[in-house]
Amino acid sequence: MKYVDEFREPERVGALLEAIAALTGKVVAERGRPLHIMEVCGGHTHAIFKYGIAKMLPAEIELVHGPGCPVCVLPIGQVDDCVAIAETPGVIFTTFGDAMRVPGSKKSLLQAKAEGADIRMVYSPLDALALARANPEREVVFFGLGFETTMPATAFTILQAEAEQIRNFSLFCNHITIIPTMQALLESPDLNLDGFIGPGHVSMIIGMRPYQFIAEKYRLPLVVAGFEPLDILHSLWMVVKQLAEGRAEIENQYGRVVPVDGNVAALDAIGRVFELREFFEWRGLGSIDHSGVRMRKAYAHFDAERKFAVPSQRVADPQSCQCGDVLKGLIKPRQCKVFGTTCTPEMPLGALMVSSEGACAAYYQYGDFESRNGNLVVDAA
Amino acid sequence: MCLGIPGQIVAITDAQRKLASVDVGGVKREINIACVLAERPIEACIGDWVLVHVGFAMSRINAEEAAKTLKLLIELGEAQQEFMAMRQSGRA
Repeated sequence: MKYVDEFREPERVGALLEAIAALTGKVVAERGRPLHIMEVCGGHTHAIFKYGIAKMLPAEIELVHGPGCPVCVLPIGQVDDCVAIAETPGVIFTTFGDAMRVPGSKKSLLQAKAEGADIRMVYSPLDALALARANPEREVVFFGLGFETTMPATAFTILQAEAEQIRNFSLFCNHITIIPTMQALLESPDLNLDGFIGPGHVSMIIGMRPYQFIAEKYRLPLVVAGFEPLDILHSLWMVVKQLAEGRAEIENQYGRVVPVDGNVAALDAIGRVFELREFFEWRGLGSIDHSGVRMRKAYAHFDAERKFAVPSQRVADPQSCQCGDVLKGLIKPRQCKVFGTTCTPEMPLGALMVSSEGACAAYYQYGDFESRNGNLVVDAA
Repeated sequence: MCLGIPGQIVAITDAQRKLASVDVGGVKREINIACVLAERPIEACIGDWVLVHVGFAMSRINAEEAAKTLKLLIELGEAQQEFMAMRQSGRA
């Protein structure tokens, strides 16, 4: 496939790895300790394990898996709210497939569906809107979650519903924002990072400028990266090169998709439909100021939060589950007490085991991550 | 969650709703292209390569930038080979 295959060519990998190793050796010798580089986005976490990239890197590069998996950071209370809305008579509840198996305090959406609630997986919020058109006697609710990448799609869907005067459609808005989240992470006292692999698809919407504070205030390099194996290796090389040269800059490896200014039309739609919340509750990370959005009052008639009496209760994570420590990079998934025993992808306790982008699910699925070798795994599409 | 996949716009299917048929790896699907119009007439988008995410074209793929990145990758590989050859030269 164009724009995919050429960024997967195995013969380019060797030289990139050697270049990374040479620079890493230099920086590690200066700093006297291994390097910690965080990939913020769950899509990168998944790709890093899928292609075996973590295994190929020099042992002195430790990849820290960041909070950029919206399903993984979904609090139990929010899942309970989804179940409550979905079980309301007359409702068709629609969601991306990823959210189906996230455990709530009593059940997941998948369990609620098995018990008779009308819950349907959709590929796009536009498919949920089509369901509302086709079922005017039912209330169709779309569960909106995701970072700025997904926000424009739900915003445009609301604007379309408004244009067509569709009144039996609403959005349960759980969108989150990346910059306040990175800010909170950077302020966390136990965090120890040397640089970032920046989220490629969030950046195609928000552009490069919002990251500037990371270079200026925290003196850390950030390289916005594509998702193919060569993109990720190239970006890691760019981060380590900055470290070797004593630079802290915001660079763009993914120029083919990410314009410096982001996507103006998408940002405009986001701004019209959404406004920042005072705070948003994250699984494992707690409450982070201004890290989520809600719908503006002008779109109240499309807001499931106002249409339904959602319980909105805070529910503590199960005590045995250490998702929060994994999310902050304090422990590796395998160090969690329940990893692979009472918490597995089939029967997840914590959200990091649910999504294929969660660090725990990636460790579980791709196993043997600690033995290092130089082979790129590019058989799977 | 934030995954995106490259596809090519092949036809406009509903100009008012800004919907187009996009070929993604041989599979055609109706996609909203409002975010990639950039003040052009909608027909001008036919042939564009775009990044598709949850039913929306979210970015026009920039062919020049793609070529630039590939060129950098190739040069990086060549430089590294040169460097390795230099280092190993004359060794037993």
